[in-house]
Amino acid sequence: MADIRNNFVGIKSPNPFWLASAPPTDKAYNVIRAFKAGWGGVVWKTLGEEGPPVVNVNGPRYGAIWGTDRRLLGLNNIELITDRDLQTNLREMKQVKMDWPDRALIASIMVPCEEASWKAILPLVEETGADGIELNFGCPHGMSERGMGAAVGQVPEYIEMVVRWCKQYTRMPVITKLTPNITDIRKPARAAHAGGTDAVSLINTINSITGVDLDSFAPMPTIDGKGSHGGYCGPAVKPIAMNMVAEIARDPETRGLPISGIGGITTWRDAAEFLALGAGNVQVCTAAMTYGFKIVQEMIAGLENWMDEKGHRTLDDVIGRATPNVTDWQYLNLNYVAKAHIDQDACIKCGRCHIACEDTSHQAITNMVNGVRHFEVIEAECVGCNLCVNVCPVDNCITMEPLAAGAMDERTGKPVSPVYANWTTHPNNPMAKVAAE
Amino acid sequence: MPEGQFKEGIVGGRLAADQYADNFSDLHPPLDHHEALVESDRCYFCYDAPCMNACPTSIDIPLFIRQISTGNPIGSAKTIFDQNILGGMCARVCPTETLCEEVCVREVAEGKPVQIGRLQRYATDVAMADNKQFYPRAAPTGKTVAVVGAGPAGLAAAHRLARHGHDVTILEARPKAGGLNEYGIAAYKSVDNFAQAEVDYVTAIGGIDIQNGKALGRDYQLSDLMRNYDAVFLGMGLGGVNALRADGEDAEGVTNAVEFIAELRQASDLSGLPVGRRVVVIGGGMTAIDAAVQSKLLGAEEVTICYRRGQEHMNASEFEQDLAAANGVTIRHWLQPKRVIAEGGKVSAIELEYTALNGDKLAGTGETLTLTADQVFKAIGQSFVPAALNGSGASIELDAGRIKVDGEGRTSLAKVWAGGDCIFGGDDLTVSAVAQGRDAAESIHRSLTQG
Repeated sequence: MADIRNNFVGIKSPNPFWLASAPPTDKAYNVIRAFKAGWGGVVWKTLGEEGPPVVNVNGPRYGAIWGTDRRLLGLNNIELITDRDLQTNLREMKQVKMDWPDRALIASIMVPCEEASWKAILPLVEETGADGIELNFGCPHGMSERGMGAAVGQVPEYIEMVVRWCKQYTRMPVITKLTPNITDIRKPARAAHAGGTDAVSLINTINSITGVDLDSFAPMPTIDGKGSHGGYCGPAVKPIAMNMVAEIARDPETRGLPISGIGGITTWRDAAEFLALGAGNVQVCTAAMTYGFKIVQEMIAGLENWMDEKGHRTLDDVIGRATPNVTDWQYLNLNYVAKAHIDQDACIKCGRCHIACEDTSHQAITNMVNGVRHFEVIEAECVGCNLCVNVCPVDNCITMEPLAAGAMDERTGKPVSPVYANWTTHPNNPMAKVAAE
Repeated sequence: MPEGQFKEGIVGGRLAADQYADNFSDLHPPLDHHEALVESDRCYFCYDAPCMNACPTSIDIPLFIRQISTGNPIGSAKTIFDQNILGGMCARVCPTETLCEEVCVREVAEGKPVQIGRLQRYATDVAMADNKQFYPRAAPTGKTVAVVGAGPAGLAAAHRLARHGHDVTILEARPKAGGLNEYGIAAYKSVDNFAQAEVDYVTAIGGIDIQNGKALGRDYQLSDLMRNYDAVFLGMGLGGVNALRADGEDAEGVTNAVEFIAELRQASDLSGLPVGRRVVVIGGGMTAIDAAVQSKLLGAEEVTICYRRGQEHMNASEFEQDLAAANGVTIRHWLQPKRVIAEGGKVSAIELEYTALNGDKLAGTGETLTLTADQVFKAIGQSFVPAALNGSGASIELDAGRIKVDGEGRTSLAKVWAGGDCIFGGDDLTVSAVAQGRDAAESIHRSLTQG
């Protein structure tokens, strides 16, 4: 039986599934329900400094986009950090940690970018017995207008400075949460690393407008006729998040820096993918907000089953296994040739592969053969682009089949070369390196 | 207990008064907004979609369903009406299970087609409830066209002709327009007087004058129309009912199923409508099913359909057969009527003979079966009665007893087109009649404007 116990920068939890700092972790009531459901840990909703708490809007806080059957694909929010009194949160955290010692409890913190503010709050948090802290440098709305959240996360120098303060004033492990609203995610990660962070977590939410009310002409969610960009999350952001995790995992400057992966994780498979790309554990929010806490049971069982099936005994057997396979485009093997193949028994003849290829790609799929609707790849035209696979509604009906070395590529009229060759040495590349002489 | 429940003979009131409304409510209740969105999401928006090719009127089904899913039911309705102005009725009565839905790729993949018929009803209901008229008339051409019969073919032809700016006069023998939509469809397939609402919707375009009680051959002749109008479209139905060719079929209680169906549709009080206690329906098509199911719904205790061939030969779709079975109708195969047995002039039983295929030929085996019956419905097909056509002038060419037309609906007579059940080569479907009426109208328009 696979062992999915997690040790993330010394913080232990029975599984790698944490709830991210967000509405589901706003108070003891929710967190206890989450622990009862089986979540391995929580990052408590972000604490602000002592004093009058922040206020939230009193209208819609969330916007969304949906897929077929109104499945929620992306969620955005304009909610701020906790709007509850600091002392109440600290008291509840302490009690919960005492009652659930085997679960991870992390405090997310966001205070003004001043040393005194951080110095003041850290001992208070430490006193709760929390396992670690997460620095919220990601929140893209509201707080960023006040110089906090993403406003810090977008300036690597600030990140490094605040991380240094935290490492100086607390013995708790420090996880730095990064904003994706930046051009190159490696820069803030490097800064956090330079400041001495124990780990980074990413991604926080993405600046977004989910819709426009076409009657009032206001962005959604709409507050009294106006809207503001919110933070986007959910399944739709997963590919963006995974790329950013991989970028940090394979960056020579940050290689080995523990990463807590966040962004659209909904199933065990999503989690496994994040782990494979280098995340040491994962944080979940939108999936819980969509379906409730019970989903963690599917995640736990699914991850265990997959690991058992593949013979992975611990999470360490999985973490980072895909990282070495993430490379730059210039190193991809240009002599690799694949062709689409349509399984005629599985094909339901919707014709979407044909029209996608015909209208928008390479005219490489038939629609009529001898007067009968029939969808078949024309190998002499197929460039192996995979679009047909992606638009086909039937799983595994269209597959990409690699041509063996030596086999004839009917498109080029040349046999497939057995030799790995990439753009750096390609004759069409004016910058090509001359092959070793 | 209702008074008439166990009465022998053909009587009304076999059910409790409130039971009738339940029994004759909508067979397929309309999809509500949420259901329509969920169902429309199931459509794959196929390329060269099989459903569209299976539709006799070639409605762009993937497009109209996509329009529903994007919150544009009015646009969806226009996509439907562009091809089929009677899309509302077709959504209710089309045997979709043997047309669009049979070839839906999700039927192929999962055995669960997208419910195209119900989605079509959703969109057309929205537009018709709004009385949204999509088609302005072209400038008047000064041309006049006579249309004989206000059934699906005639209405479709009239609408298309009116759109092109021609003035149309529809001559209808019956007191109401609609043809089989009004008189020939089971009541639970078209509730709330939908056929008349649709006639109003179609004729709202203007330029269509419907004259009821005008029968060809009785009140006017074809030659009159050819003389007085620039073109004529013949869209008559089938006036004759095939005989049982069984002894004693003149007995009281032997009824034409089509008449029963029409009477039922026109009845204002179903509880007053008489039906036998034990009913036998002879036939294997939609009419047989409609008559049998409705007999059952009116409270007949035993209803048996007897069909002279096997299940696989029945014209009624599998869905219709299941509908009959679900309503308690027994369907028996390989039985042909031999003799109607009467007591005191009234039917009391029917003697049937078992049949078998001898090569390609169907023949009686000599073995017989007698079923007790106080009512027998004839539903073994209808025939076209061409006599009315040829009262004067040149006669029109027929093929196998129906009017012969070319690919555009032109008959052998200049200026005369035809479509619907009266022509040879059709499939007796409402939707095909609409396609024929529409296409003949386009042909008429071309002829009138090129001349």
